Amino acid sequence: MLRLAVALGALLLAVSALAAEIPRAERRSGYDFMSRETRAMQDEDTANPGMLWVLEGGALWSRKTGAAGRACADCHGDARVSMKGVAARHPAFDAARGRPVSLEQRINACRVERQQAPALAHESRELLALTAFVARQSRGLPIDVTIDARTQPFLDAGRALWERRQGQLNLACRQCHDDNWGRRLAGSMIPQAHPTGYPLYRLEWQGMGSLQRRFRNCLIGVRSEPYEYGDPALVDLELYLMWRARGMLMDAPAVRP
Amino acid sequence: MAETLISVPPRARRGEIVEIKTLISHPMETGYRRSQLGARIPRDIIRLFVCTYGGAEVFRAELHPAIAANPFITFSTVATESGTLTFHWTGDNGFSVKETAEIRVE
Repeated sequence: MLRLAVALGALLLAVSALAAEIPRAERRSGYDFMSRETRAMQDEDTANPGMLWVLEGGALWSRKTGAAGRACADCHGDARVSMKGVAARHPAFDAARGRPVSLEQRINACRVERQQAPALAHESRELLALTAFVARQSRGLPIDVTIDARTQPFLDAGRALWERRQGQLNLACRQCHDDNWGRRLAGSMIPQAHPTGYPLYRLEWQGMGSLQRRFRNCLIGVRSEPYEYGDPALVDLELYLMWRARGMLMDAPAVRP
Repeated sequence: MAETLISVPPRARRGEIVEIKTLISHPMETGYRRSQLGARIPRDIIRLFVCTYGGAEVFRAELHPAIAANPFITFSTVATESGTLTFHWTGDNGFSVKETAEIRVE
């Protein structure tokens, strides 16, 4: 009897694990859940407020800074060529740190080590502008993070965080975004949480924000204590979500409600 | 530093109605909010937007605290002559940004 119960339990677990992941054909970007007006805003470069940050990032790209007196462009040249697809590959493994780093961390590493300039604060206007400018160069390209023996443990950690219930509401990310996407939470559509367009302009924020800002929003929403910006746990979660959205097309800088 | 994005059709037929779109980066701080310590955050908004076409004013808008950050203003005008469109945003704390765009009328 006990053995039967254990077997049944295992079967149920297997079924729920299968039900958890969204089949590839059913994956939809947050863009598909938006109103016609908000889509029009994203689609046109002169109406998309995210492009203001891209414009500023383009100016920062060629401005010399730091003790080394070097600009991003001095090493990387034309971003349209050198930065093409870079955002679609991040978080990427960094040998020096022995773990995957986010695009923001990569930019800051370059600033500190190559330009010898102070690191930019998370969510600062400059860091968002540079990230948006770099991410813009990947628009229309498929998300393609590398999962190998080095990154697998971090992917697993990210997935564990995604599936872990937390906060006073005792909710896991998965319960909304895998199991209940397309339904409504207090009047708002629950999207599938594919990070195709970060950093993005959120109308609610009236500004630009990173994926980690979005994570912290959700964590506060379930009344758990949010991780600090740059916390390794958040980068692992970024890696898991990018892997989950593998093959989907980048649309940064996106506009979301 | 305020970034702007302006869309004006580079050429138009005489008498054609053309659509003009402008976007400018600005926080549009209402003046009604308070900081976490309870201090009032002073108002910082764009008050006025004016567009002139060949020196003549064709569009003017007064902006108020309820308008969202990074205001997007779109309007239309009749293409009369080839010339310069001037866009001027002015606001609190001496905010003043001027941009121009050319239009060719055939």
